Amino acid sequence: MLTQALKNRLPGRQVAHTRADAEGRVATLLVWGLITLLALALGLPLLFIFGKAVMNMDGHWVGLANVAEVLDSPGLMRAARNSLTLSLTVTGLVVPLAFAFAWGLTRSRVWGRELFRQIALSPLLAPSLMPAISLVYLFGNQGLLKSWLAGGNVYGFWGMVLGELFYTFPHALLIIITALSASDARLYEAGRVLGAGALRRFFTITLPGVRYGLVSAGLVVFTLVITDFGVPKVVGGDVNVLAVEAFKQVVGQQNFPRGAVVGLMLLLPAVLSFFVERRMARRQQAALTARAVPFAPARSFGRDLAVLAMLLLISALLLLLLGVGVGASFIKYWPYDLSFTLSHYQFDNVDGGGWSAYFNSLKMSAAAALCGTMLVFVGAYSCEKLKVAPVGRALLRFFAMLPMAVPGLVLGLGYVFFFNHPANPLNFLYGSLTLMTVCTIAHFYTTAHLTAATALKQLDGEFEAVAASLKVPFWITMRRVTLPVCLPALLDVARFLFVSAMTTLSALIFIMSPENSLAAVSIITMDDAGDTAAAAAMATLIVLTSGGVSLLVLGLEKLLGRQSQRWRAPR
Amino acid sequence: MKKPIAVAAGLLLAGLFASVAQAATTLTVYTALEADQVKEYKEAFEKANPGIELRFVRESTGVITAKLLSEKNNPQADVVWGLAATSLMILDQQGMLQAYSPKGVEKLSPQFVDKAKPPKWTGMDVWAATICFNTVEAAKKNLPKPESWADLLKPVYKGQIVMPHPASSGTGYLDVSAWLQMMGEKKGWEYMDKLHDNMAQYVHSGSKPCKMAAAGEYPIGISFEYRGAELKGKGAPIDLIYPKEGLGWDLEATAIMKGSKNLEAAKKLADFSVSLPAMQLYEKNYAVLAMPGVAKQNAFIPTDYAKRLSHNNFAWAAKNREAILKEWSRRFESKAAPNS
Repeated sequence: MLTQALKNRLPGRQVAHTRADAEGRVATLLVWGLITLLALALGLPLLFIFGKAVMNMDGHWVGLANVAEVLDSPGLMRAARNSLTLSLTVTGLVVPLAFAFAWGLTRSRVWGRELFRQIALSPLLAPSLMPAISLVYLFGNQGLLKSWLAGGNVYGFWGMVLGELFYTFPHALLIIITALSASDARLYEAGRVLGAGALRRFFTITLPGVRYGLVSAGLVVFTLVITDFGVPKVVGGDVNVLAVEAFKQVVGQQNFPRGAVVGLMLLLPAVLSFFVERRMARRQQAALTARAVPFAPARSFGRDLAVLAMLLLISALLLLLLGVGVGASFIKYWPYDLSFTLSHYQFDNVDGGGWSAYFNSLKMSAAAALCGTMLVFVGAYSCEKLKVAPVGRALLRFFAMLPMAVPGLVLGLGYVFFFNHPANPLNFLYGSLTLMTVCTIAHFYTTAHLTAATALKQLDGEFEAVAASLKVPFWITMRRVTLPVCLPALLDVARFLFVSAMTTLSALIFIMSPENSLAAVSIITMDDAGDTAAAAAMATLIVLTSGGVSLLVLGLEKLLGRQSQRWRAPR
Repeated sequence: MKKPIAVAAGLLLAGLFASVAQAATTLTVYTALEADQVKEYKEAFEKANPGIELRFVRESTGVITAKLLSEKNNPQADVVWGLAATSLMILDQQGMLQAYSPKGVEKLSPQFVDKAKPPKWTGMDVWAATICFNTVEAAKKNLPKPESWADLLKPVYKGQIVMPHPASSGTGYLDVSAWLQMMGEKKGWEYMDKLHDNMAQYVHSGSKPCKMAAAGEYPIGISFEYRGAELKGKGAPIDLIYPKEGLGWDLEATAIMKGSKNLEAAKKLADFSVSLPAMQLYEKNYAVLAMPGVAKQNAFIPTDYAKRLSHNNFAWAAKNREAILKEWSRRFESKAAPNS
C-alpha cells in the first residue's frame, strides 16, 4: 500500500519502474523468440522423423509396420550388427590410444608438447572422407603399402576401423586431456609419502580420477562412429553399415519411411549415451577443490623418452593419413604416371559441383560462423544472465543441450521430412544455402553453447546487479561489458562453427540440392563416380581452408588478448 | 566492434538470397548423363535457345528414377534428357510423361522412338556393356584376357571383377537384364550366382568399374564403351572387351514431364534433343545413334559394334525392373557397395 502510494507521488520513480517493466518484457520476448527459433530448427524436424516412421509412402498411418519390416529384412539387421561391431571395436581401440597420448601430453616434460597436441587435433580439420581416401592410396590394391597387408584388402571392416580411428582420435583426446588436467598434485604427494610406487599411483590415483573422462570419451566416439558414413562409403567395400543404409534408403531409393526407421535406430545409442554422460557429469562435480595444487610432472629421462617415442609414432600415423590424400591429389595418374599435376583441381569435368561447391561451402561456413556465434551468444546470455521467464530459460537450456543427443544424420533426415513437406510454409527454404546454414548451426549448437556459457559463468553476476541498480537495460550491459569480455570465447565458437561447417557431411547430404552443392558432399559424389584423385583434391582444399581459418582466428585472439583482455593478466 | 560484424553478416545474407532472383525461363532437367558430357550439351542448347536456361539435376540412373517416381504427385522436373529408356517406360506406365512429337523426329530410326503416336519419349544414343581389362595388372597376376561373359566365371578371376550395382546404375541394370534375356531367367540367375563368387565389389556408378580397372584397383571392370574409350584415349593401360555372346544395351532418351509449367521451353529442348546438332554432340561419345548416318568410327570401338548388341526387349526390361532388382538384392546385396 505504502509503496504504491509513494510511487504515485514520485513520478520519476514510476518512469523508472515502467522502464524496468519494458526491459523485462523485452527479455521475456527474447527468450521465447529464441525458443521458437530452436523449436523450428530442432524440435519439429525431430518430431517429423517419428511421424514418418509410422506412416507409409503415401502418408497413411501404418503403426509399427515399417519398424517390423526393417527388423524383418536381413540386409538391414546385418548392417545394424556391422555398425555395432565397428563402433565397439573403434571405441575399444581409440580410447586407450587417446589416453596414452593425453597422458604423454599432461604428465611428461617432453619437448614440443603443444606441437604434438596440434598434430593430434589436425584430423578435426578434415572431413571423415580424407582418411578413407588416404587409406585407399596406402592400402588399396594399388596402395603404397599394399604389401603390408599380406594379400589382405583395405575394403571392409578393418579399413573402416583405421579410418574411424583417425576421425575420432582428436575428439577422444580433447575430453581425456581435460580430465587429466584436473588432477591434484597433493594426492600424488600423499601416495608417494605412503610408499606407493609409480605403477600403484597410476592405478589408484590417475585412472580413478579420469574414469568419467574415459567413459565420456568412449560414448562420444561410439556415437560418432555409428553415425558416420564418410569412411564406410569409401572403404566399406562389401560391409554395409546402418548410416550408409539410411542414406541408401532415402537418397538412393527415396524410401522415406524406411529411412526414418533406420534414423531412429541411430538415434537410440546417441540418446542413451547422452543421458549416461549427463548423469556422470553431475557426479563428477567436486573433483577439484579450491585448495588443489595442479600436478607438475617431475623430470624423468626414461619416461620422457618413452613418451616421445609414443607421441612421435601416433603423430606420424595421423599425419600420414592426412598427407597421403593431399599428396595423391597432385599425382597425374596413380599408379601409372606419377608426375605432378594440378589438373585434379579442375572440377568442371567431374560430378559434384566442383569449385562452385567449394565456394558454397565457404559461404555457408562463414554464415554459420557469423550468425551462429551471435545466436549462441544471445542464447547463452539469456540462459545465464537474464532473470525472467524461468520456464522459458529452462526450455532454452534443454534445446541447447538437445543437439548433443542427435546425430547429424538424424537431424538431416528430420530436415528432409519437415522442410520438404508440401504443406510447410517454410518449404521455399528447402535446398537453399540458408537452410543448410540453419541446419549446421543447429547440429553444432551444444558445443558452441557450452563454450559461450562457460565464458559467461566466469563473469561475476555483480556486473548485471550494478547495471540494474544504475537503471542500465540489459542489452547495453551485454553490448558494452559482457560481449567484449567474452570475445575470445566467441572467436573460438566462430572458429569451431566454421571448421565444422566446412567438414561436416552427415546432416547436409540429405538437404543439399544440386545447384547448391557443398564441398564435403561433392567428395562423396566424386568418389562414387570413381574420380578418387579429384575427391582427394577437394578434401585437400577443405583441410587447407579450415586450417587457414583456424590460424587466422588464432592470430586474432592473440591480437585481442593484447588489446582488450589486459584485465585478465595477473596483477 | 559489433557494427562491422553486423554489416558483414547482412552482406552475406544478402548474397545468399541474391542467387534466388533470376530472369528468363529456367528449365529443370533431370539426367543420368555423365558429368563430363552435361556441360557441353547444356552450352550447346543454351546457345541455340537464348532465354532458356537449363538447371541440371544429375544422378545415376537408379537414383534419378527413384526421385522422379517419388515426386509423382509434385513433379519437380520439366524435362528428362538422357535417361535409360527402360526407366522412362516405367514413368510412362505411371502416366507421368507428356506426349509430344518433336520437330524432325521422323529422321530418327523408328526402333529408337516410342511406338505411341505422338511419342512419349525419343531416343538419343545407345550405350552398351563393355569390359575394361587392365593389361598391366593382368600381366602381373597372370590373368588371361576374357573373351566372353562365360569366361568371367573362371576361378582365376576370383575377387578380380567389379561391376555397377543394378539398382543405382543403369549400366548395371542393362547387364542383368541382358543376361536374363540372353540366357533365360533360370540360367541367367545361375550365371549371376557364379559371377557373384568372383565379384570383388558392386559399385555405385557405371563409370566407376572402368575407372577402377584403369587405375589398376581391380583388373576387370564391367562398364560401358564411352567410359572405356575415354579412359583408353587418356592413356589408361586397358583393353576394351566386347563379350561375344552379345552386349546388353539401353537407350538414352528424352521425355517431357506431364504437368511441366514451362511446356513451350520444354518442347524446344525436346526438339533440340532429336536435331542434327545434338546428334553430332552425342556422336562424340557414342557409336550408335538414334539418327542414322551421323555416327563416325571411334578407334577403340569395333566397326561391327551395332551387330554385337544383344536382342533387347525394352518393354520386358521395363516391366520387370522392380521384380528383377528385388530378386537381385535378395541374392547378392551382401557384396553391394555402400550406396543404393
